[in-house]
Amino acid sequence: MANWIPLWLHKLSSPPVFYRVAGRLRPWAMALALLLGLVALYGGLVLAPPDYQQGDDYRIIFIHVPCAWMSLFIYGVMGAAAFIALVWRIKLAEVVAMASAPIGAAFTFITLVTGSLWGVRMWGTWWTWDARLTSELVLLFLYLGVIALHHSFEDRRQGARTAAFLALIGIVNVPIVHFSVNWWNTLHQGSTIKLLGPSTIAPSMIWPLLTMMIATKLYYLASLCGRVRSDLLALEGGKDWVRQIAEQEVRG
Amino acid sequence: MLDARRPGLAHACAAVLRRDLTLAWRQRGDMVLPVLYALIVTSLFPFALGPESALLKRIAGGVVLVTVLLAMLLALDAMFRSDIEDGSLEQLMLAPQPLALMLGMKILAHWLATALPLIVVAPLLAGMLHLPAAVMPVLLTALLLATPLLSLLGGILVALTAGTRRSGMLLALMLLPLCVPVVIFAAGALAAAQEGLPWTAPIAWLGAALVMAVVLAPLACAAALRIALDS
Repeated sequence: MANWIPLWLHKLSSPPVFYRVAGRLRPWAMALALLLGLVALYGGLVLAPPDYQQGDDYRIIFIHVPCAWMSLFIYGVMGAAAFIALVWRIKLAEVVAMASAPIGAAFTFITLVTGSLWGVRMWGTWWTWDARLTSELVLLFLYLGVIALHHSFEDRRQGARTAAFLALIGIVNVPIVHFSVNWWNTLHQGSTIKLLGPSTIAPSMIWPLLTMMIATKLYYLASLCGRVRSDLLALEGGKDWVRQIAEQEVRG
Repeated sequence: MLDARRPGLAHACAAVLRRDLTLAWRQRGDMVLPVLYALIVTSLFPFALGPESALLKRIAGGVVLVTVLLAMLLALDAMFRSDIEDGSLEQLMLAPQPLALMLGMKILAHWLATALPLIVVAPLLAGMLHLPAAVMPVLLTALLLATPLLSLLGGILVALTAGTRRSGMLLALMLLPLCVPVVIFAAGALAAAQEGLPWTAPIAWLGAALVMAVVLAPLACAAALRIALDS
């Protein structure tokens, strides 16, 4: 009945098929991401009212919070792809896991920078050794470790599999780090937006936030497609489908 | 049916342990280096921070902990290196005995050769920084639980980098996120003991983590090694 879904997924994991699908998906995802990002920025920076306590300074959350969500989301995607790559030895999953790492690291870095920009105005300091800040920093190191390990192998596939294993260790480690630093020191406020239960944020502020969240997700999708496409070309250099693409390019 | 010529599991474990310890003992100079490193780093702190004993007393526990960790990191790189170079690690992978157990023995030997000397000199290091004598047993307990944990976690990472040529800085980058909880709990116990508060909770957490790592880390180490050397 619903047989076509696993079949389609199975087909999608073949490099040439994914290369074509990603190529078609990428411009749309990028355009939508830019559009939604601009709408969210307008809503957040112009339409949303200033906060009664923080004035206009709070507006950085329209960048900070979606990026923080993405930093964890991408780690989750990377871990899932790494698991698939190690268990079923699917080449595409290796490429997806490794292509996700730099994007996740970038989002983590943006989260840290915007957070410290906000912190200098609100807390009066660029950096404090608070639990959430520390776990985010550790997350950045996890990403950097995965990237560095991937590039330290000469054989790309072996590097990808090894780094995938490190990503899986990191998945186990993230909650442990989060729990231990929470126990150690906490200053950062708790979540305002909750999946379960009522959120404590004004509706005029939440819609730009959610729009930006969708925009960052789409940007990740677009960026991932681009990276995976070029990685697949490099990895499958000797294969027939790559030669056909190259010949098409030459013919124009 | 068991092959009579195949040595038993206990026998194989003992053989790996004896071989690694003999090798470590033949190169005693390498065993002394991390200890010297720890001594030098610890003696640099008073120069950098000033010799006031109140300040030194407050930071002593943390400094000794971090110094021991760094000294172990220095020696971690060499855990499997010579075995990869002369091919004996491949032989171990082909052996009929479970690889995880053999690697566990290698990690144990490495811990005995590098961490134990550091734990022996730890009271000296702590004394140099005027750590109160009452905190000394807590420091030793924390080190006895934290160093094998670090050796086990480090073993996984060393196995992952086994296929690469130089891995010193890479190991440090990969070990940092893993050792954050270890340092927090060990230092938490020390800080509590120094203020006269109960310190058993963080020590118990360290012990629980160690038990988990003793079971899981050799398995992860074996899996990592098979991935990293699979070509």
